[in-house]
Amino acid sequence: MDFSNFLQFLITGLTIGSIYALLAIGFLTIYNTTGILNFAQGEFVMIGALTTISLISFGLPKFAAIILAIIITALIGLLIEKAVIRPAKNTSIVTLIVITIGLSIMLKGLGLIIWGTYPKTLTPIINIPPISIMGAVINPQSLFIFAVLILLLLALYFFFDKTFIGAALKASERNPRAASLMGINTATMSAIAFTLAAALGAISGIIITPLTDATYEMGFLIGIKGFVAMVIGGMNSVSGVVMGGLLLGVIEAFSAGLFSSTFSDAITFGFLLLVLFFRPIGLFARASGERV
Amino acid sequence: MKRLDTTLYGNRWKPIAVLIAIILALPFFVHSPHWFTVLILIGLYSIITIGLSLLLGYAGQISLGHAAFFGIGAYVSGIFTTKTAMSPWLVIIIGMVGVFILAYAIGIPILKLKGHFLALATVGINIIVYVLLVGFSDLTGGPLGLQGIPKLNFFGLDLGNQLYFYYFVWTIVILVIFFSMNIVRSHVGRLLRSIGDSEIATQTLGVDVAKTKVAIFAISAAYASLAGSLYAHFINFIAPPTFNVNFSILLLIMVMVGGVHSIWGALLGTATILFLQEFIRFVSDTYLNISGQVEIVVYGFIVILVMIFIPKGFISILAGTWKLIRGQRNKITSEEKGIEHG
Repeated sequence: MDFSNFLQFLITGLTIGSIYALLAIGFLTIYNTTGILNFAQGEFVMIGALTTISLISFGLPKFAAIILAIIITALIGLLIEKAVIRPAKNTSIVTLIVITIGLSIMLKGLGLIIWGTYPKTLTPIINIPPISIMGAVINPQSLFIFAVLILLLLALYFFFDKTFIGAALKASERNPRAASLMGINTATMSAIAFTLAAALGAISGIIITPLTDATYEMGFLIGIKGFVAMVIGGMNSVSGVVMGGLLLGVIEAFSAGLFSSTFSDAITFGFLLLVLFFRPIGLFARASGERV
Repeated sequence: MKRLDTTLYGNRWKPIAVLIAIILALPFFVHSPHWFTVLILIGLYSIITIGLSLLLGYAGQISLGHAAFFGIGAYVSGIFTTKTAMSPWLVIIIGMVGVFILAYAIGIPILKLKGHFLALATVGINIIVYVLLVGFSDLTGGPLGLQGIPKLNFFGLDLGNQLYFYYFVWTIVILVIFFSMNIVRSHVGRLLRSIGDSEIATQTLGVDVAKTKVAIFAISAAYASLAGSLYAHFINFIAPPTFNVNFSILLLIMVMVGGVHSIWGALLGTATILFLQEFIRFVSDTYLNISGQVEIVVYGFIVILVMIFIPKGFISILAGTWKLIRGQRNKITSEEKGIEHG
């Protein structure tokens, strides 16, 4: 393998890895606030992407369409929390898993009814020709994705560390009971977590679609990969799961590039199993003793 | 005088007698090959969901990977019967033993995980098996699948005949129910329930929790393999998409909708979901003129509703009704006795 190939795989991996990272942050926010693993997370990606495409085809300017699609997806996330998650709050983990799977199936079906089976494309958000560095070709869309990831990470850092709601959300992540004793409404926090996760899902869908196209069934696997990224990353810090996401993307790109794209999913999930067996707290977890 | 056994577990013969009566009676009412296929599939899938109910309902361990074991069974039967002259019956046994050993080996590390992590790990197993089925195309036929798997022949009885195969599959289902009930009613069954309630408490009583969990995981996987082999001989054509995570999810939904804490729940759930699929397909084909997988919307919706409002599954409604009827009857008899003694 020469250096240009190496660079090419690395960039491809980091691009898709950024998407996994964004999804993993969504998973993490919901999981830590509510203890629920939302298997429908991937469907937000699909809804965000396809809503943007539809809004553009209705004649909205691209930028407005994107903002509106993110807001619509976030509202769907909020609605789901209120209508489905809250009534089932005190049931067993398995029941909750099946409920979010049911949600995922239902949203996928709605996507099929609304948008049909044919893949839809979105033109790149920024229009500059591909850049060539040391033999590797960088799609400007990749740079755009990195930029979005970094901006979002800064925004999330500001949100969690400098605003009251962010601090309250973080408090309910750490210890819901103590937080509720301090007068934080944990039910509201759960609603905020779902809204935020849905918005993050929508953003990932919108920025990845120019590279991969969007279909009604794109959500499940990408959602599962986000989940994998979170587990690999260690489930207790945003920086950890972002690292997990990027690593997962890179592994996928290299195994597809060096072996075959048929087997790349097997290699990715094999890696996940190894992590689960040998370091179940995750590769980038802070040693905190909080999670066993 | 009621036997202690009956008080603990309920009467085991009555439900089985009812089931056998239904199985024997159905062919008199059902004539279309399509509905026979549905009934046979209910039987085949029940074999898997009964195993899942042992794993999930009794031992409290989730699996989103049983489609993989179903697939391995199907492919073992498919490959050996199309490429060698081995007896299909022997191959079915080989598949089950092989899957049992495989699942046992996988189960040792995997069942240390709990809840969401176990779910994710089993999804991982399923995706890996799926990829291997697609990837090793020399053996498996890859995405195109494997064709020409022969029908079974049971001591000269041609099981290609739908009616015979229907009876055959349901005989197997009843055997599987018997076997599983014996597990549930033995000390192993009590261990499983205890593990389902609290692993730590069971461990402190000196029970090898890990071993029991892994054993039941392997048994349920062997059930899935058996179902897979029979499926391959029934449909005669297998392709990887049948054995992907979607099917594992469907199996889990069947068990949960039927009621996870009882073997009968698994059977009820499997029948409910398959009839529901048929019904939705019928309605959407005839009235709505839409095709494709549109049924999944209704499907997802119903799953959510059932999980929110009847988390114990349909079997709990059935059991409740039965208790109500019996309660009424007992009340009457005790009143009669009261009059006698008064």
